[in-house]
Amino acid sequence: MTSRETFDRLAEKFPSFELAYVEGKDPAILVKADNLVELAQHLRDEEGYDYCSSITGVDYPDRFEVVYHLYSMKKEGGPVILKVHASREEPEVPSVVSLWPGADWQEREVWDLMGIRFSDHPNLKRVLMWEGFQGHPLRKDFPGTQDEYTFS
Amino acid sequence: MTEQDMVPPELRRNVLIAPIDYVYNLGRAASVWPLMFGLACCAFEMIVSVTSRYDLARFGMEFLRASPRQAELMFVAGTVTKKMAPQVVRLYDQMPEPKYVLAMGACAISGGPFKDGYNVVPGADKLLPVDVYVPGCPPRPETLIDGIIKLHKQIRGEHIRTSPWYRKGVEREIPVPEYGPWGLVLPKEEKSE
Repeated sequence: MTSRETFDRLAEKFPSFELAYVEGKDPAILVKADNLVELAQHLRDEEGYDYCSSITGVDYPDRFEVVYHLYSMKKEGGPVILKVHASREEPEVPSVVSLWPGADWQEREVWDLMGIRFSDHPNLKRVLMWEGFQGHPLRKDFPGTQDEYTFS
Repeated sequence: MTEQDMVPPELRRNVLIAPIDYVYNLGRAASVWPLMFGLACCAFEMIVSVTSRYDLARFGMEFLRASPRQAELMFVAGTVTKKMAPQVVRLYDQMPEPKYVLAMGACAISGGPFKDGYNVVPGADKLLPVDVYVPGCPPRPETLIDGIIKLHKQIRGEHIRTSPWYRKGVEREIPVPEYGPWGLVLPKEEKSE
């Protein structure tokens, strides 16, 4: 759970980032894409959030959103939830593979199914669908697949 | 000399006369070896059916064969995803004839809850000629055994003369689907014809 104290501490440390606190059942910290890697580096090195449990893409009517769940194995704490907005037309978010190598396939999966690009990713290609597949099937406006193969 | 006298006495009580279909099919039905091959959670029910509690060896299925060349029954145990579909068809093509397919569980029958998904074949019968459908999600081992008994009944009802397995000049190999931009497509050399 991202506590209010965690947010206040981070907002005080990085006043230029204009962090926002997202209320809800699972409160989160909204961060701009440009500042994501720096904030994540601080969380990993200084606050001990050494485990990036999941990276998820969300399709909203006006935007895409990438959600990061960070846990700490040392403190047995977490998750700290980070949210990043991306534009509807050219969704692009910086990659965090350099911080957590386990983010590699998770970011590839988000790219594969949601079509959100991760800049500076070492190997951004499809992981679940095959190469040559058109579109990103978990987007709301995905038209659906058509098979011409049936047994007769 | 009567007909009775022509048969040597030591054979008189030891010869049975039966149609060849009956004897042949009895032997065939009593040793159907399935392919060791699972796709999703139904595979666990298939595996537990082989263990000592349910004991598929009672039905002549001594063990699941690890090679398609030694198997004659394919349990399609689970969801057939489009990414796995070419491999499923290739395994079926590699099995020697006569061969049978048993669709196990809701996913293999119709796609189940994933029918409308972007990556699921809505039923194994879109790819393979399915003989027996075993419903359930997943089916219990008893249900699977019931399906196997149904398959035995089907095998015992076949005739050598009319069986599709022994006809000449029939192209029975199933074309392996390929990945296309929007889903599965037919192989390229077939499309050009």
